[in-house]
Amino acid sequence: MIEVSQLTKTYGAERAVDSISFDIRRGEVVGFLGPNGAGKTTTMKVITGYLPPTEGTVFVDGCDVREDTLSIRRDIGYLPESTPLYRDMVTYDYLAFVAAMRGVPSEKRNGRIADMTQICGLGDVLGKRIDALSKGYRQRVGLAQAMIHDPAILILDEPTSGLDPNQIVEIRELIKAIGREKTVVLSTHILPEVQASCDRVLIIHKGRLVADGAPQDLQANFVGERRVQFGVRAPLETATQALMDTGSVRILDSQASDDESLFTLSTDGKDDVRDALFHLAVARGWTLTELHQDRTNLEDVFRQLTAL
Amino acid sequence: MHRSTTALPDEARPASSASRAVIDAASLTWTLARRELRAYFDTPIAYVVLSVFLAITGWFFGNALFLQNVASLRSVFSIAPFIFLFFIPALTMASFAEERRAGTLELLLTFPVRDWQVIAGKLLATAIFLLIAISITFVYAITVSRLGDLDFGATVGGYLGLFLLGVMYAAVGICASSLTRNQIVAFILGFAIIFMLFLLDKVTDFMPVWLGAIMQYLGSDYHFQNLMRGVIDSRDVLYYLSMTAFAFLLTTYTLSKRPE
Repeated sequence: MIEVSQLTKTYGAERAVDSISFDIRRGEVVGFLGPNGAGKTTTMKVITGYLPPTEGTVFVDGCDVREDTLSIRRDIGYLPESTPLYRDMVTYDYLAFVAAMRGVPSEKRNGRIADMTQICGLGDVLGKRIDALSKGYRQRVGLAQAMIHDPAILILDEPTSGLDPNQIVEIRELIKAIGREKTVVLSTHILPEVQASCDRVLIIHKGRLVADGAPQDLQANFVGERRVQFGVRAPLETATQALMDTGSVRILDSQASDDESLFTLSTDGKDDVRDALFHLAVARGWTLTELHQDRTNLEDVFRQLTAL
Repeated sequence: MHRSTTALPDEARPASSASRAVIDAASLTWTLARRELRAYFDTPIAYVVLSVFLAITGWFFGNALFLQNVASLRSVFSIAPFIFLFFIPALTMASFAEERRAGTLELLLTFPVRDWQVIAGKLLATAIFLLIAISITFVYAITVSRLGDLDFGATVGGYLGLFLLGVMYAAVGICASSLTRNQIVAFILGFAIIFMLFLLDKVTDFMPVWLGAIMQYLGSDYHFQNLMRGVIDSRDVLYYLSMTAFAFLLTTYTLSKRPE
């Protein structure tokens, strides 16, 4: 549905986006994840037809953004970063204006506004001026304007930034509900957001695509340091020696309390060392008091990929 | 997904209908213009501009009428270009600068419209506002026609000139507004440019003849004086139209650079 190939966008000498390629299929909910200034927003601006690409191509629905920009724009709903709205307009008038601009036929506009009011929970604020609304409501108005023409693709740039935790949960639920029917591309620098809402995550760093996959796959394929907490009822020296002999773990920290030895171990690679540790304890006849491996989360993946 | 199965029903957009496309483009421009006009009247600016415009022209008209016993629109036509020098940049200063500052420019320019339609919508709104302001002064014309002889040619020429001059100032003001995100800068820049155009034909005495002729032709007031005499010459009309088009094109260029 969205095919981006070798996309490069430069501002003067700065390469904001550096030959990024990816395909987004219909119905996917995709998260662009990256530190601030990584190139997420620029990529979105190119897809929406706001910025022309410097190099490379972007096809939406088989149409080139350079050539068929108007027909692509009709298929896209867009919520720009920081949710710009005409603050001096009343919510209803604003939605009616956007509906007209997006080409919703006049006889259907009221129906669409009613639908959006219901989906986004705008019933209380339809008659209020936008500058009188709270940040959470403004965000909902922003989402409503993005969806008013029932677009096949929704592009949401940081849809939850600046909201309080309750509002974030609400907006996420909304995005999830929308994502059941539409192709959604959202950007964020907040990790739990991606895990909560996305089928797929593209990690962008310094204008380059550094990872692409389902959040759980990225975690599963993660190769890096893992930490294991290991405790046995055994003298510290004996246990330390036994662990050194296995050769598969490094001891980061060890301490003895009463007759128990506690270790913090570190291990590389994808192999789970917990089996080996369990068998070690059994073979020596030690009681196992603790065995815990810190779960790899997206945060580890993200940190490793973007700590360059 | 195929292109024809967009969010809009097909019957609303019959394919390969050029006239339909023109109507669509015009109606979207009109939708933009309506929003701009409402924004004028939702803020005090429209009322301040209208009332001060009427107060100043009314004072000059009344002065001529009661103190000098001259029933003529000449006084109104003489002062109006001066008022426009200040008021039109005030009307247009927000047009793009404020959209840039608030970020709404990005929304506007990702609607399914061309950039020129966005500019046309703003220019159209200001032109309609000018028509409203100018048409209120018809009261003066009616007064003159009751009290004495209304010079029909000079009146039509004067009104036409006033409108064309105003639209040209508006196009320049919108262009200035597209160059910055600060409304005050947009106002000063717009004012400076139109003031320079206004002065051009008044400083020709110090110039060589050939340069003087060029400056006179480029001066905005020179053409207005011609029209005000009741001589509707296509050269004068063409001057305003081409200056407007030039400012419009410059604005299109600025927007195509997608300023941050």
